[in-house]
Amino acid sequence: MARMTMIEAIRDAMDVMMARDERVVVFGEDVGYFGGVFRCTAGLQQKYGKTRCFDAPISEAGIVGTAIGMASYGLRPCIEIQFADYMYPAYDQIVSEAARLRYRSNGEFTCPMVIRMPTGGGIFGGQTHSQSPEALFTHVAGLKTVVPSNPHDAKGLLIAAIEDPDPVIFLEPKRLYNGPFDGHHDRPVTPWSKHDLSEVPTGHFSLPLGKASIVREGAAVTVLAYGTMVYVAQAAAAETGIDAEIIDLRTLIPLDMETIAASVRKTGRCVVVHEATLTSGFGAELATLVQENCFFQLEAPVARVTGWDTPYPHAQEWDYFPGPARVGRALVETMEA
Amino acid sequence: MTDYGPLTLHVPEPAVRPGGAPDFSNVKIPKAGAVPRPAVDADPETIRDLAFSIIRVLNRAGEAVGPWAGLLSDEELIEGMRNMMTLRTFDARMLIAQRQGKTSFYMQHLGEEAISSAFRKALLPGDMNFPTYRQAGLLIAGGYSMVDMMCQVYSNSRDPLKGRQLPVMYSSKEHGFFTISGNLATQYVQAVGWAMASAIQNDTKIAAAWIGDGSTAESDFHAALVFASTYKAPVILNIVNNQWAISTFQGIARGGAGTFAARGLGFGIPSLRVDGNDYLAVYAVAKWAAERARRNLGPTLVEYVTYRVGAHSTSDDPSAYRPKTESDAWPLGDPIIRLKNHLILREAWSEERHKQAEAEILDTVITAQKEAESYGTLHAGAKPSAREMFDGVYAEMPPHLRRQRQQAGV
Repeated sequence: MARMTMIEAIRDAMDVMMARDERVVVFGEDVGYFGGVFRCTAGLQQKYGKTRCFDAPISEAGIVGTAIGMASYGLRPCIEIQFADYMYPAYDQIVSEAARLRYRSNGEFTCPMVIRMPTGGGIFGGQTHSQSPEALFTHVAGLKTVVPSNPHDAKGLLIAAIEDPDPVIFLEPKRLYNGPFDGHHDRPVTPWSKHDLSEVPTGHFSLPLGKASIVREGAAVTVLAYGTMVYVAQAAAAETGIDAEIIDLRTLIPLDMETIAASVRKTGRCVVVHEATLTSGFGAELATLVQENCFFQLEAPVARVTGWDTPYPHAQEWDYFPGPARVGRALVETMEA
Repeated sequence: MTDYGPLTLHVPEPAVRPGGAPDFSNVKIPKAGAVPRPAVDADPETIRDLAFSIIRVLNRAGEAVGPWAGLLSDEELIEGMRNMMTLRTFDARMLIAQRQGKTSFYMQHLGEEAISSAFRKALLPGDMNFPTYRQAGLLIAGGYSMVDMMCQVYSNSRDPLKGRQLPVMYSSKEHGFFTISGNLATQYVQAVGWAMASAIQNDTKIAAAWIGDGSTAESDFHAALVFASTYKAPVILNIVNNQWAISTFQGIARGGAGTFAARGLGFGIPSLRVDGNDYLAVYAVAKWAAERARRNLGPTLVEYVTYRVGAHSTSDDPSAYRPKTESDAWPLGDPIIRLKNHLILREAWSEERHKQAEAEILDTVITAQKEAESYGTLHAGAKPSAREMFDGVYAEMPPHLRRQRQQAGV
């Protein structure tokens, strides 16, 4: 075990896989010599050479398109889109190509590839460096979507994603890169070194895709969250004193419906939390699934706490961000309903 | 006050529309044999002219002339012609089958048979094409089973792709034929990535990207050229300029550039234009480009100048947007007739042998068709099961798909 930040854990996962499997290649904008704008690939080019880790032109369609070609050749590209907000030029490649190669060729061509992207707000990044586009991926047949919330999971899930035979979207909550963040932006930053889940196994270690984690057991209400919102939900539970059971989904597709349903059947109440916009967000899917699976155990409507349906604003970041006060209100209302 | 008048928008128009007399006077055709053949390692800066001319081998008399001639034997040329004839016959039968309701859709190659058929000869086992929907000559010339192709067109019980893809969107890894998307230009950049992978692995395989004149306007085309140029990927970047993107003439995608090949010059990529209806010229240029890729000299851009004689697809009617007799006026002729005349001139072929070959090929295609139809057609006979619809979305079926398959009751 070793203490790591989320950045170090992500880098360690790629390091471990590049050492184990020469088919693993890493590239993207500023990823090579410099090591990435968030430093996630720092040192990999020096260690594995320029043909295993390199800088790409500023062309997300080109980065994803060439990675698809490499994956179909037999490599295992693990590429970086500098911000999830920059993903749109590559969306056609992701949706029409990566996600469908296996299906349309009846398994002749496959696309074992990971697309890493920093996601979410909380860093005053404005509308082009703060988005959470996970629902644009969960809506696409053939993709898997992963959102880790701590260094331990980030490493285990990224290694599983690189080893997965299908394309995986790996969304890294950028506000968590250097420490857990519960939404109290006016308080001092907590470093990962003070958190249990910064203890990361060294060497090869993977976590299965499709398994959620219960980060707080409780009896009163189930909170479904992922990424940064896991910490916001924990703060909200502590501040309201409500005995919430908080589930960190970890992967959205495949989804661990068993863990979700077992919890909601126990608590009879459910609050869904995400930072992405509300309408047609992944929360809509979660609320529907809870309703379909647990209708007769529900004692209150399923609530959603999310970003507002506006572009991510700059100055009003903390009015937009679904912080502990909003989540806490939803918990109270759900308990009173 | 300003000295400037109002601005106006320029919208290019083809030279002629339906009702007009076909006019290809704007297509400058150099004499066969006139374009030099540079060394494959020539400095790209010194061969920029090749992007503006047309490399031709067969002249109007049917002779093979100039520095790009002399690469193929009689036997190889006869084989090439038979491949083109097979492709044309295959297309004719499948068009009729579509009209008979045996499938939903079809796309033929009429007039463009030389390009994919001759290109295939320049490849080695292990190389990979990223084709569009009008390169089935790669499969025919590569010896892929016509029955399998037809089963794909019919989406029947023996369809290698289980009925999941639109007709003609073939896939055969074994035959170096990447699964066709049906989206345009996306695969151009994937070919570059595949070639980069071969170089990363220090392998010897090369890739070929394919695109039409119209789709060069897509941003993926430009991304492909950037990556190919930057990493000197072992890839041949093919542009088939058949003059028409459905109803849109090539000038809409080409804009102010003189030629599509000229697009490569800004990237420092050696860029050639070739007579796409000349089997010998296509082969010679493909071989030159493949040689560059294999010697690690990087990408080559090739524009094949040709003409789409038929409709874009079975859903298209070209008489609505171009003169009906335009194909007769196309100055580069028909690829099969030109190769036939050349072979007759070489005394390797005759009108009689040609007729005999036509009959044999028709027989072979009809036999294949009968077999394919015995496995079903789109609306009759055996077809892929509904249960299989849920397979292959992922390597391992996730729980939500298992539930949906259960709900579907299949």
